[in-house]
Amino acid sequence: MNQYFKVGTILPSRKFTATNVSLFLYNAAVWNAHRIHYDENYTISYENHAGIVIDGPLQGDWLAQIATDWVGNNATLREFEYTNRIVSYLGETLVGGGTVEECSDDSVRLNLFLKNSKGEITTPGSALFQLL
Amino acid sequence: MPDLLSNEIRSWIGRSAPPIRLEVSRRDIIKYSIATEQTKKIHLDGDIAPPMFLFGTDKPLVSISDLAKDGLAKDVLTPPLPLKRVMAGGIRQKYYREIKAGDKLLIQKKIVDIYQKEGRSGPLIFVVYNISIQDENENVVMEITQSRINR
Repeated sequence: MNQYFKVGTILPSRKFTATNVSLFLYNAAVWNAHRIHYDENYTISYENHAGIVIDGPLQGDWLAQIATDWVGNNATLREFEYTNRIVSYLGETLVGGGTVEECSDDSVRLNLFLKNSKGEITTPGSALFQLL
Repeated sequence: MPDLLSNEIRSWIGRSAPPIRLEVSRRDIIKYSIATEQTKKIHLDGDIAPPMFLFGTDKPLVSISDLAKDGLAKDVLTPPLPLKRVMAGGIRQKYYREIKAGDKLLIQKKIVDIYQKEGRSGPLIFVVYNISIQDENENVVMEITQSRINR
C-alpha cells in the first residue's frame, strides 16, 4: 500500500471567499445567467434568498481542488460527488477540508466538506482516486 | 405533503435532449481555472481541464430573448413544474480520462428521475439528469449524474 495514503489522514484546509468579481467570472465561464448569482434585488425580492448565492457547482469545484491538490501526481481521479446542503451567500468564507476514508492497494477514497463560519457543513462530498 | 408531480410531469422521465458538440479550447480552460482559483499549473496553462470544467456545457446556447425571468434558459429538458425557483443540486461524476484542450466531445443528456421531498422551508422537486460525454472515437470519457432543485 502506498505509504502516502493512510486512513484518517486529515487533508490541509483551504479558505474560499467568493467576491462579486470571482462570481462574475465563474458564471461567465460556465455561461450561467441565473440572476441569483448577480442581481441582489431580484434574489432577495423574488427568490427569498438572504443575498447573492454562491454557485453550488463552484463550491463543488472548490471541494475537487481540496482533493486533487492534496493527492497531487500520486493518483488519478475516478469519481467525485458532492451535495449542496446549505445555501451560501456572497460575503461568507467557506473552509474546505477532508480526510482519508478508505485505502486499498490501488485506490483511495476521501471524504470532503465545506463548512461555513457557524461550523455547519454546507457541502459534503467524496472523491475516489486510482493510485498510480 | 401534497403530491406535486402529475402524470404529465412524470412522463418527462426518459426524455433526451439533442446532443451537443463541444470543442474544448485552451482559452476556455484558462478562463475557468482563473475564475475558480485553481492552483495547478496544468489547469492554469490550459493543458488539462479541472474536474468540474464541463459543468454547464450540457445546456443549449439560446438568445437573450429566450431566457426566462430568472435568467435561465428554458430548454427541451425543463419540465413544467409547479415550483418555479431553481437551485443547483448535487453532482456525481465518473472520469475515464482527463479532458484536454483540443478534445472534440459529444454531450448527451436525459432525464432519469423526477421526485419530490420536503425541505426545511417547504416542498422541493428534484429533476435528475444523466449526462454522457464521449470523445470523437465514441469512447465515454465522463459520466455525470446531476440534479436540479425547484423550490
